[in-house]
Formats: sequence, structure tokens, C-alpha cells
Amino acid sequence: MTVGRLRGLVPPLVTGALFLAAWEGGVRGLGIREFLLPKPTSIWAQLTDQWPTLRHAGWETGRIAVSGLVVGIIAGVLLAFFTTHFRTVNEGLTPLAVAVNATPIVALAPIFNAWFGITGTLSNQAVVVAVVFFPVFINTAKGLTEVHPDEIELMRSYAAGEWTILREVRIPNALPFFANALRLVAPLSVIAAIVAEYFGGPQDRIGNVITSNAGFARYDVAWAAIAVASAVGLALFASTLLLERVSMPWRLAGRDGESTTKP
Amino acid sequence: MSEAAVVVTDVEKVFGRGSAEEVMALSGVDLTIQPGEFVTLIGPSGCGKSTFLRLVGDLLEPTAGSVDVFGKPAHQARLDQDYGMVFQHAGLFDWRKVAANIELPLELKGWTKADRAARAREMLDLVKLPDFGGHYPRQLSGGMQQRVSIARALSFEPRLLLMDEPFGALDEMTREHMQGELLRIWRETGTTVVFVTHSISESAFLSNRVVVLSPRPGRIHSIVEVDLGERTEDTREDPQFFRASTEIREALRSVEDGS
Repeated sequence: MTVGRLRGLVPPLVTGALFLAAWEGGVRGLGIREFLLPKPTSIWAQLTDQWPTLRHAGWETGRIAVSGLVVGIIAGVLLAFFTTHFRTVNEGLTPLAVAVNATPIVALAPIFNAWFGITGTLSNQAVVVAVVFFPVFINTAKGLTEVHPDEIELMRSYAAGEWTILREVRIPNALPFFANALRLVAPLSVIAAIVAEYFGGPQDRIGNVITSNAGFARYDVAWAAIAVASAVGLALFASTLLLERVSMPWRLAGRDGESTTKP
Repeated sequence: MSEAAVVVTDVEKVFGRGSAEEVMALSGVDLTIQPGEFVTLIGPSGCGKSTFLRLVGDLLEPTAGSVDVFGKPAHQARLDQDYGMVFQHAGLFDWRKVAANIELPLELKGWTKADRAARAREMLDLVKLPDFGGHYPRQLSGGMQQRVSIARALSFEPRLLLMDEPFGALDEMTREHMQGELLRIWRETGTTVVFVTHSISESAFLSNRVVVLSPRPGRIHSIVEVDLGERTEDTREDPQFFRASTEIREALRSVEDGS
């Protein structure tokens, strides 16, 4: 199984390498100027050259993303539990949440600066929280309520109360929904943090490194910062996948062709 | 103890009373089921057979009449966990291994871990899946899942088993196999079974009595007594079995034509 998984890594790695090679070759061959599109090797040079600045920026932006992620997730999950318990609140709140979720929340970043201050990190964190909150809330609430009616009847036939049903059925049922939300919001939190940084906050973060270097036409440095941001996003995404595997072993079961047994 | 397993007296069930979509699901239903009996409910869709089963299980309340299970109101019987329930959808919890699914009702009753494990093993033997306790449900075929569902329903030794089209989603061969298994389990445990189906052959093969229901509102049209003695796979080709099936089929036809 481990060998199979490692083998699964080969195609994307090969594709990635080919892509970088084509990029490098294309820029050199077509004589594209560096300020339009720097070569991967130039970006790599800047990445190593500016590493202390970039590492610091990536770390700080990552912290904004993760802290906003944690607060947004906790708030979303809590509200989901609340609305599951009080159905009437749910009926009023969920359509509203879906509507708010469809609006581009990052557009609020300048306004959040006015509310939470332009120099601190609070405003940036607030943008991340707002972006993370809605998908987590909507998906978790869905998982808590969309339970097969037979499963509820079965629990009632055991004379189980609402709390037992919540613990034994609703919460495990909601886990895959929650995991989907996590997979969505983990990379989103990095995007939200960077866009928020374009508009304000401390000046040593990924967002500001990108804008200021682009402003001085040092596009290779800006690209290097983007590479760091991608790495942070990927790391968060990978952590959610890992969490999913650990918390839901049953989801992996049955993928190895063991389900073909006859009655 | 000669008290009846189930006594349904003049039961009526109306859904959405007073609303525009008011539906009379059952009306004037009387039925007594003796301990150890295997009773099947059959009828066209909308005849209220699933509703009837849920009234017996106290998952629904009758709008009129009374339901007694083992001499007490259905509600008390549910709180006492006097019955086990099996649905068409096996309803196993994906997140629990097979053995843990069977142990769930025992866990809720506060059994110790060792007792639960021992009973789960017994039940897996009973449904002939001794090696599958450590599997997750989704690793099992539909027929196997339904067997686990039956094991779960029987794990706490209820005196009554309520089954709502439990084999409805299975292919014909699996279905016949499961019917044989169910009869064996029924003989071994002595449980009373109330079984909902819309398969004529299934009802004839399984039961002592077949209750034929007519729709809108659901009423008992007739009751067909089936006496096939000990069922084996040969029973399916027995002239007696065909006679019973024909009798049920004719009752169902007159339900469709008449009323």
C-alpha cells in the first residue's frame, strides 16, 4: 500500500518538473523579458537570496492564516451545533449564511481596517475568520442534520435521547462534511490573509512583500514570495488531509477491493 | 406466559390532521399476534404497512386506538427495549466496525465491554459472519450488511423483531438465501417477527400468517394462513407453496379491484 502511494506521487512530480522545464525553456527561447515573467531559476535565486525576509514573511502570514482558521472553525462549528439544536434558528439563519457566503468577503478587508485598525494584525485575522467561518458553519450544520431517517428511528427504538443521538449519529455523520469544509478553507485562509495584507497590517508579511517588490519592478522577488505563499497553503492543505485520515479510518476502508466478498 | 406479543385495537393513524395534505394512513385496524409467530404485512404502496410497523414500535403514535406489546403500552415497550428493528437500508454506522455496530444497543444499555464483545461474537456466529467483526460495514456486501443489521437487532435478545422490507434492496438469489437464514434464526431464537414486504413469494415462504392490507385508508383486507411446516429450499417448489402464493396474490388482486 505504501509502495502504491509512493508510485502515485510519480506522475504529478514528473508533470511538475516538465512544467518548470517548459517555463524555463519558453522564457529563454522566446526571449520573454524578466519583468513580464521571470525564469524559474531567477525566482529560485531570489528565494535563496532573500530567504531570511521571505521565511519571516511566510511564517508571519502563516500565523495569521492559522489563527484565523482556528477561530473561524471553532465559531463555525459552535454555531452549527447551536442551529442543529434550535431548528427555528436554523431555518432563519442558514439561507442568510449561504447568501453571505456567496459574497466576496475579502472585499471587506479595507473596511475591516477601519474597524480593527490598519497597523495591527487583528484586521487581517478578522478577514480570515470571516472567510473561514461560513463554509465551516454551512457544511457542519448540513452534516449534523442530514442523517438518514432510519438511523434516527433506529436510535429511538433503543430509547436513545437527543444527546445520545447527537454523540452516536450526528457528530460522526458530520465529520466528512466538516472535513470537506476544512479542505476548502485551509488554502482559502492563506489567500484571505495575503489579500488582507495588500490593504494593511504590518509591512513584513507576504502580501506586503509582493506589493512592494512589484512596485519596484522586482518581479522575481514577488514571484519568490508567491512561491512561499503556495508552500504555506500546501502545508495547511496537507495537514487537513492528514487529519482526515487519522480521524476517519473508516473512510479509507473498502478502497482496497476488499468489498467484493459475497454473502 | 400466554399474553399476546402484539395487540392492536381499533387503530387509526392520520398524518397532517387538519392540514390540506391530511392523509388517513390506517383506519380501524385490529390485529393480535401471538408470541413466536411470524406475521407478514403485504399490500400495495400507500396501504400503511410501514406505518403499522412504526406504530407497533412506538416510532409513531396512533391518532386513535391502542397498541400493546407484551401486555404494556407500545411506548413502555420501546423504553424497555422489547423489540429490535431492521430496515431496508441496513443502517449500519460507517464509523463503527461490524462488531461495534452490533454492540451499540448493548452499549446504550450499559453492558460491560467484555459482555458486549462476547455477545457480538455469538451474534456474528448466529448470522454466519464469524470473521467479519473487525471489518468496517462498507467492506461488506449488501447481503452481509443486512445480516449484521439483523445481528444488531437481536443482540439484546428482544422478544419481538420488527422488519421493514429488510431484503428489498437485495438481488433475488441473496434474498432467497437471507430468507432461509432468517427462518433458521427465528427457529433458533423463538422471537416473534412482524415483517413488512411487497413480495408475494417472500410472504408465503416466511410466515405463519400473511396480513393483506388495502390502501387509502389502510385497512386489513384479509388474513391468509400459511401452513407449510418446516421450510427448506425445496419448499419453494412445493405445490403447497404455490397454493399459498396464489391465495395471497388473489387477495391482493381483489384489493386492487375492489374497495
